[in-house]
Formats: sequence, structure tokens, C-alpha cells
Amino acid sequence: MSSIPHDHVHGDGHAGHAPHPTGLMRWITTTNHKDIGTLYLLFSLFMFFVGGVLALTIRTELFHPGLQVVNPEFFNSLTTLHGLIMIFGAIMPAAVGFANWQIPMMIGAPDMAFARMNNWSFWLLPPAAIMLIGSFFVPGGAASGGWTLYPPLSVQGGMGFDLTIFAVHIMGASSIMGSINIITTILNMRAPGMTLMKMPMFVWTWLITAYLLIMVMPVLAGAVTMLLTDRHFGTTFFNAAGGGDPVLFQHVFWFFGHPEVYIMILPSFGIISEIIPAFARKPLFGYPSMVYAVASIAILSCLVWAHHMFTVGLPAAGLLFFMYVTMLIAVPTGVKVFNWLATMWRGSMTFETPMLFAVGFIFLFTIGGFTGLVVAIVPVDIQLQDTYYVVAHFHYVLVAGSLFAFFAGAYYWLPKWTGTMYDETLGKWHFWCAMITFNITFFPMHFLGLAGMPRRIPDYAQQFTDWNMVASIGAFGFGLSQLIFVWVVMKCIRGDGAKAPAKPWEGAHTLEWTLPSPAPYHSFETPPVVK
Amino acid sequence: MSGSIAALLAPALAHAELVWNLQTPVTPIARQMFDLHTYIFWVCVVIFIGVFGVMFYSIYKHRKSRGHTAAQFHENTTVEVVWTVIPILILLAMAWPATKTILALKDTSAPDLTIKITGYQWKWGYNYLQEGFGFYSNLATPLAQIEGREAKGPNYLLEVDQPLVVPVDQRIRLVITADDVIHSWWVPALGVKQDAIPGFVRDSWFKAEKVGTYRGQCAELCGKEHGFMPIVVEVRSKDDYAKWVGEQKQKAAVAANAAK
Repeated sequence: MSSIPHDHVHGDGHAGHAPHPTGLMRWITTTNHKDIGTLYLLFSLFMFFVGGVLALTIRTELFHPGLQVVNPEFFNSLTTLHGLIMIFGAIMPAAVGFANWQIPMMIGAPDMAFARMNNWSFWLLPPAAIMLIGSFFVPGGAASGGWTLYPPLSVQGGMGFDLTIFAVHIMGASSIMGSINIITTILNMRAPGMTLMKMPMFVWTWLITAYLLIMVMPVLAGAVTMLLTDRHFGTTFFNAAGGGDPVLFQHVFWFFGHPEVYIMILPSFGIISEIIPAFARKPLFGYPSMVYAVASIAILSCLVWAHHMFTVGLPAAGLLFFMYVTMLIAVPTGVKVFNWLATMWRGSMTFETPMLFAVGFIFLFTIGGFTGLVVAIVPVDIQLQDTYYVVAHFHYVLVAGSLFAFFAGAYYWLPKWTGTMYDETLGKWHFWCAMITFNITFFPMHFLGLAGMPRRIPDYAQQFTDWNMVASIGAFGFGLSQLIFVWVVMKCIRGDGAKAPAKPWEGAHTLEWTLPSPAPYHSFETPPVVK
Repeated sequence: MSGSIAALLAPALAHAELVWNLQTPVTPIARQMFDLHTYIFWVCVVIFIGVFGVMFYSIYKHRKSRGHTAAQFHENTTVEVVWTVIPILILLAMAWPATKTILALKDTSAPDLTIKITGYQWKWGYNYLQEGFGFYSNLATPLAQIEGREAKGPNYLLEVDQPLVVPVDQRIRLVITADDVIHSWWVPALGVKQDAIPGFVRDSWFKAEKVGTYRGQCAELCGKEHGFMPIVVEVRSKDDYAKWVGEQKQKAAVAANAAK
């Protein structure tokens, strides 16, 4: 990705500009959407491996019953930081990286609207990451109350919690700035003729995601600030002894947290909606209903937060309301899946790596959707809340959902980003290894949860041994599979591979494919006209 | 190498029976939960087979390598209405029985016996409010087993020094709270999982239909020993239970005298 012909482009049409810095200063001072997109993507890849190492440590401890590798306190820090790092460090920045690279190119703009703010929103992330990872080394260790940071447990923790709170604040600020930038870019910088209803689906999904982010990130900031003042400044928002309520935190947190899960999946829906038509060589089926489905998912996502809290003792009316609305989300989600299938139907499909990941996404994400429906049913959820079933469920939608879609997108656009075709054989290996090991890891967790294994425990009763062993073996396979991806990306960056044509995919029709590969430093200096 | 693999897999081989499904329910509510899960599971399986049957048929048939050329249709209002309306009908068919169960499980009225449960870091406290006695219930698994210095017992991590004892076929109301952080009292076979919130009292209920011992665990992360505060409920016949209550009362009286 660093092979963007930077000095090259600089020569033409740039007479009035000061020369761009090179080397490290290029990356620190960059205001270019492609450079910043690259930074986001590499940062998220790095954090993905950090979070992965934490996950594999967890799986090592859980390979056998008994305590072998880590002590319970550290185990809790591992689960907590694994969640926080994967969500805020890997998935969300990856989505913003895709937005940075693709939105200007897909709407025919030269760059993002607020170039300097774009730089700032990225460079906020490394300090936050240092705080999160560094918290393992402070007295008392890293936060250990789960990524959800529920009080009063989180009020008990050491300074690792404070570092986590500040990290969340910083990452929230970064997300809000990124979202303002994305919304402004999409609403103001589209090529002439590109009406809202002609925008590529990826742009649509990000527009809606950005609104969700602006709405809920301040809510999270408020929740963790209250936690901070409860911890240090004598307030009692979440302490019954002072007139507060621990459950209040859960309501506020999940008012952020549920839209958050759609923040993590909607850009993936967008990527899949680009890839399926391209490889089916057929226009996306039901474009308007796709847009409406995304919008209604976003709206409904703000009305379902308490389905994470079915066991806190809500009144029957509350349980019923949140169950019904949660079930309702299955309708627009179903519409999306059916539309993807109808796009494939009677197409002329080929199965290069992006398409493989996209089909894998649909298959596994739908399984995650079904288990989501199962846990939406209150009486069933009472058995499954806080068990491995839930762990299985959200890894199906987050890993096989968001992550697989990002892999699909990375393979799809790597030729455009680097000017080099990725290695198709390695890509296929990556897909099949990831697909198989993912299921070996996470499918047995459904059985564990049904049989009664709680989540977030470092040791377990013996009837859970077999599936835990299977899951641990799968997890190592899944972790190792990702090294293939790093290899593929490295090869592309180094230019080791066939030279990519402007449009390597026969069925792709969005604007970025009208640009040469690799894309020029300023995507569209003169806006294209969209008919 | 093969020897070490065998050693690694030994615990799995020693324990041949795989767990697949929810535990056998022993209360009417737990049975409804079990049946609801089975029902929804099969509905999902049928939809799954239908949807992915279509997808894989299409993947097989409509590929370029088989010379299939792409059709160019991209909308069909009838189809879109159908696949919006049918899921709604399926959801209604799921919501109806779920609603009935929710109303039943939230109805904690007319209990035969009320027990107060308190979650502590890291043990459970049980108070028999009408009988006027109570006790703590701690993990009974020795540390040596956890650290692997001794062979693990059959109820490893699911055994306590003093179980909760209740009579069979009686409506037991649980009032649940916590002393420090949030815990969650969960016994799968009884169909009860209720968070224990410090400073607040929540309630739940069950009516066990079978004498026996039922095991569960704390289900809300509560600190470092969260995995080590199990719950054991002994359901006894009415007579056995009365006898047990007599003993407990006597013990309580002796303790009270000793305190004087």
C-alpha cells in the first residue's frame, strides 16, 4: 500500500504546493485519504494480532480443566482487553480505513472533506492503543471487569481501569471526528449526477453508520465518565448506597452498545453488496430495499438495548417490548440476505477470493443471525445469557461477519490500492483455512453454552472438556491462518505479483475502477459525470 | 510425539459423553424454555436448509465456468413483499408461546416458601426467611484439584459445602440481592437465572418436580473467583425437607445459645 506513486503524481497538477514530506514524516503529517486509510488498515491489522494473542492465551488456559497457564485475575484481564482491542482497535479502525480509501474514490471526489481532521482522527488511535496495551504493566494490571465495564466490579479495579476509560474516551473522539468527516464528504463531494439513490451501497452503509456513531459514541463517553467520577470523585451514579443504581450503567452502556454492533456490521454489509454483484456479473437486486433495510436496521438498533439485560430483572412489559423489537430486526436483515441471494441467482458467477469470503460471510453471518433470533426469545435467553452460546453467537456475526467482509474487501480492492494483483492461490488458502478453523473454534461453543458453561471463567467442570479442546485447537489454526493474509498483503505492497489493470474485475462498475491501478494520489482531480 | 498427543487428549477420552443440548429440565418453566428452544431451533434449521439450498444450487448452476450468462433483472416487487411478510408471520408464531412463558416466569405470586439469596465475592448466602435460619455456601472442590496436584472429582467445581435445600413440588420464591458486585444465580435445570444486584432486591421462582441434586454457577462476571462460586440445589421430599429444617433450627438455636 505504500507503493502509491506519491512523488510521481506530485509532479502533475501540483505546481503550487510545497513538496510532500517523505519517510516517517509523510505518514505523520499526511492529509491524504489514501495514506490515512493505509494507516488505519495497518493499525487495525496490528491490533487484530494483539487481540489474537490475548485470545490464544485464553484458549490455551481453557484447553484443559484446571488452572495451568494464567491466574484468574489475569484471565479476566485477557477477556476484557481481547474484547476492547478487537472492537475498538481492530474492527472499527478497519472499517474507517475502508471508508477513507474507498468513499472518495467511489463518489468521484479528490479526497475527504476535512483532510487535517482526518489525520488527527487517526493519530489519536495509537496513544489510545498504548494506554490499553500498557495497562497490563501498571500496578493492579489491566482492566478485568469484562469489556462491558459493569460497575460495581469496575469501580473495584486498579488504575488499569482508568487507563481503559481514557482510551475509550480518545477512541470515541476519534470515531466522532471520522464520522463527521465521512458524512460531510458523502453529502457534499459526490460527483455531478450521483444522487443519493445512485450511491454505491458501501457509501450508503457508511453514511448510516456514521450517523449511528455520532449518536452513540457520546453516550459511551458519558457512561465511562460517570464511572470515572464514581471511582475517584465520590459520586454515586451506580452505587445504591448513595442513591444510584448499578443497572443504570447497563442501560446507558447498551444504548451505546447495541447500535455499536450494527456500527461494526453495516460497513461489512456495504462491502458484501459491492462484491456479490461484481462476481455475479449482475446488478445488485433490490437496491432501494437494501437502502431501506440498512436504515431500518439502524433505527431499530437504537430500540433494543435491553435485550443484553434480560436477566437483570426487567418487568414483564419491558421484556416483551425488547423481545418483540429485537425479533423485528430479523426482517430487514432477512431482506438483505435474500437480496444477496437474488443477486447471485441466475448470475454468471466466478469465485475469486473476494467472492469466496463474501459467500462465506453470508453463510456464517446467517448462522449468527439465527442464533441471534434464539437469544432474542426471552425464556431461551434466560438459559443462554452469559454462556458460551452468546460467545459463539457474537463471534459468528463479528468474526465471520465483520472480519470476513473486511477480508473480502481487502482482496477486492488490494489491486486498486497497490497496483499489484494479490496471489490468488494464497488467497484461496487463506479463505479455506479461515473458514474451516473458524467453525472448529466457534461452532462447539454453541454446545458448551447450551450445556451450561458460563462465559468469562478460567476453569470449568469436566463435562465441558471435549468441546473446549476442540475450540482451542481450532483457535490456533484460525490464528495461524491469518498469517497467510499478512503474507498476501506484504506481497502486494512489495509489488510481487502481476500488474493490476484499472479494472481487474469484469463485473465491477463503481467509479474507483475508472481510475488507474494503483489509484492516483488525488483520486479525481476533475469530477466524473454520473449518468 | 504420539504419546504426548495421547496424554493431551486423555481427559477427553476419559470423558466419552459429549454435551450437546440444554440440561434436562425439572420445573415447568425450565421445560417451557427447553421446548421453546427446540421449536425455534427446528424452525431455523428448516429456513436454513431452504435458504442455503437455494444459494448452493445457484452457486453450482449459475457459474461462469459452466457457461451460464448473467440475467440482468434487479427488482421484483412481489418477491420482495413476500420475503418481508413471511418472516413476520414466522416471528409471530415464535413470539406467541414465548410471551406466554414470559408472563408465567415473571409471576412470583403465592409462594409456599421464600428464600433470600445473597451473592458475595465469592460465595452464596441463603436465608430461610420463614424458618429464621441461614448459611453460606462455599466451593468445596479442593485447591489441589484445581491446580492439578490431585485427580479431579466427578463434580469438579460444581460442589459446595452446604447446598440449598428445598422441598419438591412447592412454589419456591427467591428474593435475590448481592452484597458487593453484581452476581447471577443460575441453575439450568430449574430454569432460573437472575442477576443479584447490590442494593436492590429482584425475585424469581421455581417449582421442582423431581427429587435430586441440581448444579449451576454464577453467571455474571464478579471478579477473580467468578468461576469458583457454584450453586447446588438439593430438592428433597416433603418429609426429608421437614427433617432437615428441624436439624437446621436446632443448629441455629445451639449457635445462638453459644453466642450468649
